[in-house]
Amino acid sequence: MSDLFQGFIQALMLIFTIDSDLYAISGRSLQVTMTATLIASVVGIPLGAWLAVSNFRLRNVLIICINALMGLPPVVVGLLVYLFLSKSGPFGVFNLLFTPSAMIIAQVIIILPIIASISHRTIRILWKEYRDFFISLNATRWQIILTLIKDSRRSLITAALAGFGRGIGEVGAIMIVGGNIDHATRVLTTAISLETSRGNFHLAMALGIVLIILSILINFLMHITVKSKYEQIDD
Amino acid sequence: MIDFKIKGANLLIKKSSSLLLGPMSFELVNLSFMILLGQNGAGKTSLLRLLHGLDSPESGSLVWEPKIKVEDQSFVFQSPIILRRNVLENVFYPLILRGVSKSDAISIAKEWLEKIFLIQKAYEPALSLSGGERQRMVIARALISKPKILFLDEPTVNLDGESKLQIENLLKQALRDGTKIIMATHDLGQAKRLGEYILFLHNGKVVETTSVNSFFSEPQTDEALTFVRGGILR
Repeated sequence: MSDLFQGFIQALMLIFTIDSDLYAISGRSLQVTMTATLIASVVGIPLGAWLAVSNFRLRNVLIICINALMGLPPVVVGLLVYLFLSKSGPFGVFNLLFTPSAMIIAQVIIILPIIASISHRTIRILWKEYRDFFISLNATRWQIILTLIKDSRRSLITAALAGFGRGIGEVGAIMIVGGNIDHATRVLTTAISLETSRGNFHLAMALGIVLIILSILINFLMHITVKSKYEQIDD
Repeated sequence: MIDFKIKGANLLIKKSSSLLLGPMSFELVNLSFMILLGQNGAGKTSLLRLLHGLDSPESGSLVWEPKIKVEDQSFVFQSPIILRRNVLENVFYPLILRGVSKSDAISIAKEWLEKIFLIQKAYEPALSLSGGERQRMVIARALISKPKILFLDEPTVNLDGESKLQIENLLKQALRDGTKIIMATHDLGQAKRLGEYILFLHNGKVVETTSVNSFFSEPQTDEALTFVRGGILR
């Protein structure tokens, strides 16, 4: 209990004394996870929408695969990305290993199935409601997808936030592909892991509290932004 | 105003192996306001959806002469399909799909909102409208692209007298503007007030096709007679 209390006090001190390391690590955490969330959303939301409105033979198989990938162990993702990006791997020539780019790649792979799966389920419900209207208007597949994405925007923000939540708290994959290098690839989760292994529980706790505050803050800001622009009574 | 003929031959619709409609044959020639009349479960919605192309027949053929493009038809569903947008965006949506610029679409939609007395609610979420307002909005949305044919599936069911009157006035205006209307209803009064020709359905089959006047004054079948007298058909 005293570790928790002292961790909280230390967290407040780190924040209010503008500790440069803390701000650098937090900024890197946000940069990596927000970039990964953005990329995964740009790919995952249209993919989910396309799966929701399409009817082809292997559609259900693809949906089952995406759902299964939601539970992909991050450590395995980290290992695979490591093998692909290492000097002897197929993408070794790009020298991405132990850089924030490698961490973003690993996080995209982890987050993408979550965003695609939640988007699919959300948009499928709206598609069933709108379907006859679209057929009646002879709307094209592209027009249908854009309309469904626009009208599901609030639920899709939740999908993106679920992906962000998974990414910001992830440690296994980014530890392997980032290497937890000080001032280069150290982020909040890998720093917590390091400080815990060193026995600096107060500092680890402080970093954990900062991580939770950041996560809540991002969720809050995203909801406020969407709500103020498109206030609807649909949920 | 477009002249057209719809010819249905041995049409049959099934859903999960149970027969919904047919077998039925009919020929409808150049009608301004046609009513698909029948009690609940008679097959009105199925026939309306078939005519618009929302469903395909299990067997038989349906021929429009001349062929009318889907873009020249509009459909108003019994339960209004409301986009999760404001009222104005809902009304101009079909124009945007047809490539009209957003500024033109907005000004046309505002004219329609004036006509249907919803201009004050243009920027409110469409889902906040009452039942009558929603139905007026979707009819305006259906008419905004000036369809040659308008299909309506029980558009005034569960609405109060005032809302019903407003919608009937909208339909009369659409008729004057050159849109031909095919409407499903089980409301005898409404069929009498609006209709020109009646296609009477019972148990998924066409029982009688005749003008509104002769349907109400001289029904030719026992089913039609029972229905006109307010009886319940089995």
